[in-house]
Amino acid sequence: MSERLLEVTDLEVYYGVIKALKGISFHVDRGEIVSLIGANGAGKTTTLHTITGLIRPKHGTILYKGADIGHIPAHKIVSMGMVHVPEGRRVFQNLTVYENLLMGAYSQKNKAEIAANLENVFKQFPRLEERRRQLAGTLSGGEQQMLAMGRALLANPELIVLDEPSMGLSPLLVSEIFEIIKSFREAGKTVLLVEQNAKKAMSISDRVYVLETGSITADGAASELINDERIKKAYLGE
Amino acid sequence: MEFLTTFVNGLSLGGIYAMIALGYTMVYGIAKMLNFAHGDIIMVGGYTVHTVLPFLAILLSGVYNPTVAIISSIIAIIAAMVFCMMLGIVVEKVAYKPLRGASPLAVLITAIGVSYLLQSLAQMIFGSAPKHVNIKALDFGILKIGGLAIGYNTIITLVCSILVMIALSLFVKFSKTGRAMVAVSEDKGAAQLMGINVNRIIMITFAIGSALAALASVFFLLKAPTMTPTFGSLPGIKAFTAAVIGGIGSIPGAMIGGILLGVIECFAQAVPAISPYTDAIEFSILIILLLVKPSGLLGKMRREKV
Ligand SMILES: Nc1ncnc2c1ncn2[C@@H]1O[C@H](COP(=O)(O)OP(=O)(O)OP(=O)(O)O)[C@@H](O)[C@H]1O
Ligand SMILES: [Mg+2]
Repeated sequence: MSERLLEVTDLEVYYGVIKALKGISFHVDRGEIVSLIGANGAGKTTTLHTITGLIRPKHGTILYKGADIGHIPAHKIVSMGMVHVPEGRRVFQNLTVYENLLMGAYSQKNKAEIAANLENVFKQFPRLEERRRQLAGTLSGGEQQMLAMGRALLANPELIVLDEPSMGLSPLLVSEIFEIIKSFREAGKTVLLVEQNAKKAMSISDRVYVLETGSITADGAASELINDERIKKAYLGE
Repeated sequence: MEFLTTFVNGLSLGGIYAMIALGYTMVYGIAKMLNFAHGDIIMVGGYTVHTVLPFLAILLSGVYNPTVAIISSIIAIIAAMVFCMMLGIVVEKVAYKPLRGASPLAVLITAIGVSYLLQSLAQMIFGSAPKHVNIKALDFGILKIGGLAIGYNTIITLVCSILVMIALSLFVKFSKTGRAMVAVSEDKGAAQLMGINVNRIIMITFAIGSALAALASVFFLLKAPTMTPTFGSLPGIKAFTAAVIGGIGSIPGAMIGGILLGVIECFAQAVPAISPYTDAIEFSILIILLLVKPSGLLGKMRREKV
């Protein structure tokens, strides 16, 4: 059967006294694309920040490849194979495109592997190669998103966690970004995707979780939820 | 000719300010705090040289000759740099690290506390009477070319500070750790997501800044070999001014700000009518500059990210 890559149980996260996540549970199996959808402020980013170690949960467990990572610092989780492409891209504006990509490989030791990964990223994103000496801050939004994704690939991820990769991009670029996410799976990687664009996210996902003000209110196969009347109304604008 | 002499002296003094300003600006850029105890690291560096030199002289008394004297001075300088490096790391770990995420005011007050602590410790150990630290072996006399008369040490100081600045720039631009420093200064969270250990980068920053402060202390002592426990305060404040003039957080800014301040100081001192007001002139320039360009010469107004 499929291997459980990430298993989150009963996760509770607070900002001061505000309870942002009210005990959520979900999992991601190897080879899947799983989407987490929900309105603004539902707690999607909080969820991702917690599993990659930027925020600490108050309760609950996060198992990654069977190991409890709830107390492992963020910088160590990267080398375990879970890599987070944060909301708003957050590329390093004062570093060049090339240097940003090298930052992605910060936890990698094998020079030959880094060079091979770099070559693959440049093959997949030729525009990044053209602009390799340019400061990342001067790239367009779409290019910055590609840089953020390329940077994640250089960390040799098994599980790529993406937070709203299509945010603020033109429809054409949005489609391109979703094609890239599909290509991640074809390259043998697993994807946990947070999206506002629920329709597109569901169309490429295996399974979907719906997050509403800190709780998961629905989950299931994407092909089923996409026909669910309530989901259609609330998230698909139909 | 006098103009040129003053200019070279100014560049040299500016090089020292720049070395100290680099410590302020790197710590500000990376740890987002003003380390007001940075000036006192200069003082600790001076007292370390003061302590180690006689010790070496006794140790090497059998073989004492000018070459040995120069080598032992250099050993004393390295000892001061290593000691200050460790002190910087300890201060960061004990005093500042527990306050990560605390209000900037709490951190600032702690830094001022550390500053007084270091001064008081120096006073307890060495007393408050001025100490004469004569690094005689490194006094190479005066260079005369035509009408130009410049101390060899002025030139050595200038050359060393330029080398330090070049080395640091290359380190930041081309080493993995240096680039991680840029990444951390820009976005700590994103840096962590790259696998960068932010605490380690902050520690390295304090270590580098403190070693540079120790080196600066030696150059001050070559200019004027007297020292008290508050020896680091004024250079510290001046270098901080230089860092702000250049744009705090910017490494080239600290270099330019430091050199600018050194040149201004030497020219102000060379004119008898205004020399008593040298310090006031320097700080006024800071105030005027901040009115015109609040972020400093090379500073950027950055939006802060969580
Ligand atoms: N640093 C913070 N301090 C206090 N409250 C926060 C913080 N970050 C998020 N919150 C609150 O936690 C809740 C969840 O926020 P989160 O960013 O996880 O939502 P989201 O689902 O990612 O929203 P969006 O779609 O707008 O990105 C919101 O109510 C938000 O106001
Ligand atoms: Mg979000």
